[in-house]
Amino acid sequence: MATLEQLITIKPKPVEVWDVERIRKDFPVLRQTVNGKPLVYLDNAASSQVPVMVIERGAQYIEQEHSNIHRGVHYLSMKATTAYEGAREKVKRFINARESKECIFVRGATEGINLVMHGYGRKFIGAGDEIIISALEHHANIVPWQMLCEEKGAKLRVIPMNDAGELLMDEYQALLNERTKFVAVTHVSNALGSVVPVKDVIESAHKYGAPVLIDGAQWAPHARIDVQDLDCDFYTFSGHKIFAPTGSGIVYGKAALLEKMNPFQGGGDMIKSVTFEKTTYADLPNKFEAGTPAIASQIGLGAAIDYLNIIGREKAAAYEHELLSYATERISAIEGVRIIGTAREKLGVLSFTIDGVHPHDIGTILDQQGIAVRAGHHCAQPVMRRLNLPATARASFAFYNTKTEIDQLVAAIEEVIEVFG
Amino acid sequence: MSELSELYQQVILDHNKKPRNFHKLETANRTAEGYNPLCGDQLNIYLQVEDDQVKDVSFEGSGCAISKASASMMTQAVKGKSKQEAELLFDEFHRMVTGRLNEENEPNQLGRLTIFAGVRDFPVRVKCATLAWHTLHAALNNLQTISTEN
Repeated sequence: MATLEQLITIKPKPVEVWDVERIRKDFPVLRQTVNGKPLVYLDNAASSQVPVMVIERGAQYIEQEHSNIHRGVHYLSMKATTAYEGAREKVKRFINARESKECIFVRGATEGINLVMHGYGRKFIGAGDEIIISALEHHANIVPWQMLCEEKGAKLRVIPMNDAGELLMDEYQALLNERTKFVAVTHVSNALGSVVPVKDVIESAHKYGAPVLIDGAQWAPHARIDVQDLDCDFYTFSGHKIFAPTGSGIVYGKAALLEKMNPFQGGGDMIKSVTFEKTTYADLPNKFEAGTPAIASQIGLGAAIDYLNIIGREKAAAYEHELLSYATERISAIEGVRIIGTAREKLGVLSFTIDGVHPHDIGTILDQQGIAVRAGHHCAQPVMRRLNLPATARASFAFYNTKTEIDQLVAAIEEVIEVFG
Repeated sequence: MSELSELYQQVILDHNKKPRNFHKLETANRTAEGYNPLCGDQLNIYLQVEDDQVKDVSFEGSGCAISKASASMMTQAVKGKSKQEAELLFDEFHRMVTGRLNEENEPNQLGRLTIFAGVRDFPVRVKCATLAWHTLHAALNNLQTISTEN
């Protein structure tokens, strides 16, 4: 195992063809063995691995810049603030926001959705109003809205899906009406990989004046985000799924909406002035960032965006598409294995079941081969219920995975079938 | 692969495929539902208890091979036992799968249930193996729903 100093000398360079072996060298975690086998990490939809460049940036902050932001007039605080606000600038370009103040740092997509629910929902949604979500949502984009509906006497409506895992857009059109006050949908299903036509979702909702939040947790690692082109009102993703540390993430909001929303949490850094009689809130984005944030993690998110830009996001996406197609082809050819989620457009995720074998048993046997997959309901119990499944096994890919790893997965699945005969 | 074959022994695979006492019990006077929210494993235990004795027991539900086989073998083990004996067995089973009872050296009543000793090498699967037992405990004590996360 190389020391950190040795590792940080490896700088990613632009590559012409996808040299996956070179890319893998950027990810120290991939160099280990698990149960005596080389680690095959296929749980990227749960959390992706962190490249040396991001580790190095976080370490640099802790070693040389650590201090609290937005407070001190001293040297370190200014360094920390510059790095933190620099990361916000990178996020702004990453999602093509108009202004960096529209990019609020949160600890992940879950917090992003909760921020919008509290800040927008609790202020502007009332009794009899309707909120539309979809059948594909992760619990993070269901539960906050249910809580709001319960509190306000609003109604939750759900866009249904077909057996392939595609939303029924005609049904969505039928759900929209003048009572629709908010729409919150995922960009990509974390359980099935289905891509949702969010641009259509947004355009239709806007005809009724309803703002739209897009949960981009599973899209952000794989494809380009342009919030202006989408015309979404809110967009959120987690840093730890795009090669940054946990505790980082972003919720984008149109400035005009963020301005009129209530703050999320109260505390330091989100105020202009405080007396016991009245508090005036800070301007964007600070209004939504009470307390000391995860500074190192958010700076790491900025570095992860740099990393993605250096390696080339389009090329990475093309390679990931190739991996998903290869895995789909190989795994669907195994007798007794069923691919769950067969939407025409998919990203990053391959869910499957094996006849007569519970996904947890699949997960344990694969783990013995050093292969990490997710087994369970993927925090999307309504998706599982809709498909009459208790759970699935899920392999999810990143640009550092290889076709050889997929071959190893296939061999391990065959072994599962043998054990359970 | 030795740990794996220790976990998925033939007897366990057999009980998974053909679970015993796998039905609703019409004569049940106590039932409980067990749920493991992390995995989605769910099962119901049905008990016919008379004079503090388990006259009959059955289960229904869905789960992994470990949870299903454990439930199946548990029903065989506790049938005819007193409430106290069943609770003692649960305690021994729980200590065995969490590595706090060495079934080979320490006296115990586990018998065929020692086949689950391999679970101790798979800490994330302990809840699978004990779900049925927790649910049995709930049924014996008239608690209706239990969750491994409470």
